Amino acid sequence: MRFDTVIIGGGLSGLVAGIDLVRKGQKCLIVSSGQSALHFFSGSFELCNKENDPMKAIASLDACHPYSKLGAERVEALAARVKPFFAELGLNFKGDASANHWRMTPLGVMKRAWLTLDEYATFESETEMPWKKVSVLNIDGFLDFHTSYIAAALEAKGVEVAVASLSAPQFDKLRESPTEMRSTNISKTIIGEFVDALAEQINGKTDGSDAVLMPAVAGLTGTAEVERLKELVKVPFHFLPTLPPSTPGIRIQMMLKKYFQQQGGVYMLGDSVTEGRFEDGKLKSIKTLNNEDTEFEADNFILATGSFFSKGIVASQNGVAEPVFGLDVDADSDRTNWYQRNMFDAQPYMTFGVATDEEFRAKKDGRPVVNLYVVGSVLSGFNAIKDGCGAGVSILTSLNAADQIMNL
Amino acid sequence: MNKEQNTNAESFEQCLKCTVCTVYCPMVAVNPDYPGPKQAGPDGERYRLKNPVFYDDALDLCLNCKRCEVACPSNVKIGDIIQSARLKYSSKKPKLRDFILANTDIMGTMASTMAPVVNFTLGLKPVKAVMDGVLAVDHHRTFPKYAGQRFETWFKRYALKKQEEYTKKVSYFHGCYANYNNPKLAKDFVKIMNAIGYGVNLLEKEKCCGVALISNGFKNQAIKQANLNLGSIRKAVGRGEPILTTSSTCTFTMRDEYAHILELDNSDVRSSIALATKFIFELVDAGKVKLVFKDDYRKRIAYHTPCHMEKLGWAIYSTSLVKMIPGVDFNMLDSQCCGIAGTYGFKKEHYEDSQKIGESLFRQIRDLNLDMVATDCETCKWQIEMSTGVQVENPISIIADALDVEATQKANR
Ligand SMILES: Cc1cc2nc3c(=O)[nH]c(=O)nc-3n(C[C@H](O)[C@H](O)[C@H](O)COP(=O)(O)OP(=O)(O)OC[C@H]3O[C@@H](n4cnc5c(N)ncnc54)[C@H](O)[C@@H]3O)c2cc1C
Ligand code: SF4
Ligand code: SF4
Repeated sequence: MRFDTVIIGGGLSGLVAGIDLVRKGQKCLIVSSGQSALHFFSGSFELCNKENDPMKAIASLDACHPYSKLGAERVEALAARVKPFFAELGLNFKGDASANHWRMTPLGVMKRAWLTLDEYATFESETEMPWKKVSVLNIDGFLDFHTSYIAAALEAKGVEVAVASLSAPQFDKLRESPTEMRSTNISKTIIGEFVDALAEQINGKTDGSDAVLMPAVAGLTGTAEVERLKELVKVPFHFLPTLPPSTPGIRIQMMLKKYFQQQGGVYMLGDSVTEGRFEDGKLKSIKTLNNEDTEFEADNFILATGSFFSKGIVASQNGVAEPVFGLDVDADSDRTNWYQRNMFDAQPYMTFGVATDEEFRAKKDGRPVVNLYVVGSVLSGFNAIKDGCGAGVSILTSLNAADQIMNL
Repeated sequence: MNKEQNTNAESFEQCLKCTVCTVYCPMVAVNPDYPGPKQAGPDGERYRLKNPVFYDDALDLCLNCKRCEVACPSNVKIGDIIQSARLKYSSKKPKLRDFILANTDIMGTMASTMAPVVNFTLGLKPVKAVMDGVLAVDHHRTFPKYAGQRFETWFKRYALKKQEEYTKKVSYFHGCYANYNNPKLAKDFVKIMNAIGYGVNLLEKEKCCGVALISNGFKNQAIKQANLNLGSIRKAVGRGEPILTTSSTCTFTMRDEYAHILELDNSDVRSSIALATKFIFELVDAGKVKLVFKDDYRKRIAYHTPCHMEKLGWAIYSTSLVKMIPGVDFNMLDSQCCGIAGTYGFKKEHYEDSQKIGESLFRQIRDLNLDMVATDCETCKWQIEMSTGVQVENPISIIADALDVEATQKANR
């Protein structure tokens, strides 16, 4: 079966590349084993977190970093395309690449961010809060959101905090089994008429507050419920992230996938690419588990299989490897150098990934595979946690690969 | 690679408790009494292994749609765990109703012999009321009509002889539905295969694939039928013939449920069992066969991905084939459960959930103003036709209707 481009891995990276290509008229296939890192999404995309000015921070990254390979000018140009890209799908973000803003983690820690989903709380400053008094509301019995941490963090910044909880028979039902009391399951109850009832309950608990903060537990399949809450709640209303799974992250995953399919893309979920056929320095076709002998051929291929977490690269006693095609990886061959004793130090293994040439084409046996582009967290040369650049690398390298394929 | 073909009973050990499966379970979305795939599957299994009293009858609510498995990032065979637990631990005796719904073969044989009477009777208000009241088959349901002449009878009488003209052969597993209720589908299959130069053999012996027996708790009988089918399949494979089907559920059951739920070894023939659309598409794609379509065929069609098709990962073949018809204005429906899940939605106690699950799909179908819906599963067909009034056809029937048979025959000589 022939496609213009076959994409291996359907998380943020694979879907951004796929959408960009189908929008430009390409016939695309995405094969994806399972769910992606978006299920753990914080509400914010990071471009580079090391300083307030992301572009300045990018200038000081190592030469092996994907941004350094792209070059500052290209990074800036690609970054400018991201907000409109998502807006067209109905996903609206705050922020831009000229300056990072601040967001709050589920534990109340302030972190820099590049783009944050509209409904989340964001801050101009790390220390000065825009409110005198806020209400922090939690769902009764929901343990993936700790009001005490949030309240303590806000109070330390001089904000008066009123903590209260929201209850309903729907939530009690979930609480019967504590492991089911997760953000996604709660969001399944916050639909239809219950949204209005919940807004009323929230309004009853905002006494004198400048804003309401709530865990991100609504809007699993779209933004309608969130919009309705915003409309009905009488004071400014913001989400804070919960511990995983991330309801808005899953929404992004579902909306990207749906959009890709509506534009004519083929998405095969729950299937894995198992091998490829290489000829004259090119990848000719791939095979998948479900489709046995069928070969999926394409002019170009994109590898977007994620990092260790998604098994885009795997570590074993024999070292680090790329499991689908046996591509070259950049990794320390000495196992003792993989980890730093101190858990909070930058971990060397985080930078391991597939080796690429200057054009982000995968290398196999030292030579580039000229039609196999590598994007996102399977790439080598960066530490998404230390550099605070996870989604940025994913989105920008994916848009870049799509441009390369279209010869733009 | 991280989705291995996994028959490992201990796969529940791989569960990371991420609850991703629960997000995609259609039953959780409509019925708060259902504990959800994580609870019913890997979590519950831990307890059940300690003591079977932990078995929860709410597991009967599981549709066996396997959408949880498709979504699980850790390759836990959640649906298999739940189905196996139901067969192993459920103390509920299947009802007469379950027996009737499960035995598609017996019912089919009886009914097609007396088709006009049965169709008439099954449609009668008082009969529906009895079925609803006594048998607990929901009165909203219309039983699929039984055809007067079974496909097998027709085939032996009118088509068998002609098959000798072909040197290339395939074996056809028609399944109960094509045999008893919709012989046109099976005839359409023969028509296409003959047009592209392939003769069709029936299996030496064929019984219902057993999907309804499994879901209604008749494991032993399911094993018996599976063994009979596997025996015939092995003979056909021995002659070098692939086994083609026109139902995604029969295909999935024989390829995967035989091994995972009935614990039979089908590994020698598994990859020889395929949907006809996959087989035909691959021939066309490889340039070995040509399909020539009528000039005047014009239809607005949307494809619905049955749950077991999603699990097989083969929707691409059926959709690619339908898209080949020049006059088709093609639409893809969101992949979601239609709610029927085989005999599940026929049961009175499930009717409401079943309709709620399908609601967004029905809405999408109504909004699209279609001539017809294409899908590879017969029970999805009943459900969608009943709930939307839109005609539903198997892609094979659509291809057959759009095919210029003579021109196709010529092109493949
Ligand atoms: C837990 C976690 C949380 C994160 N949170 C954030 C955040 O909040 N903000 C941020 O900016 N960054 C975050 N990151 C960084 C993250 O890596 C990127 O944001 C981005 O989501 C990565 O996307 P990706 O598509 O490259 O990889 P993934 O999301 O990992 O997707 C890879 C996909 O490929 C599939 N796959 C793998 N092998 C195969 C195969 N053989 N065949 C078919 N499919 C295959 C996998 O199943 C998976 O679906 C986080 C990372 C992790 C691990
Ligand atoms: S998706 Fe898989 S790993 Fe996650 S909770 Fe469900 S069974 Fe466990
Ligand atoms: S098989 Fe379907 S109904 Fe059953 S638990 Fe899995 S997703 Fe839910």
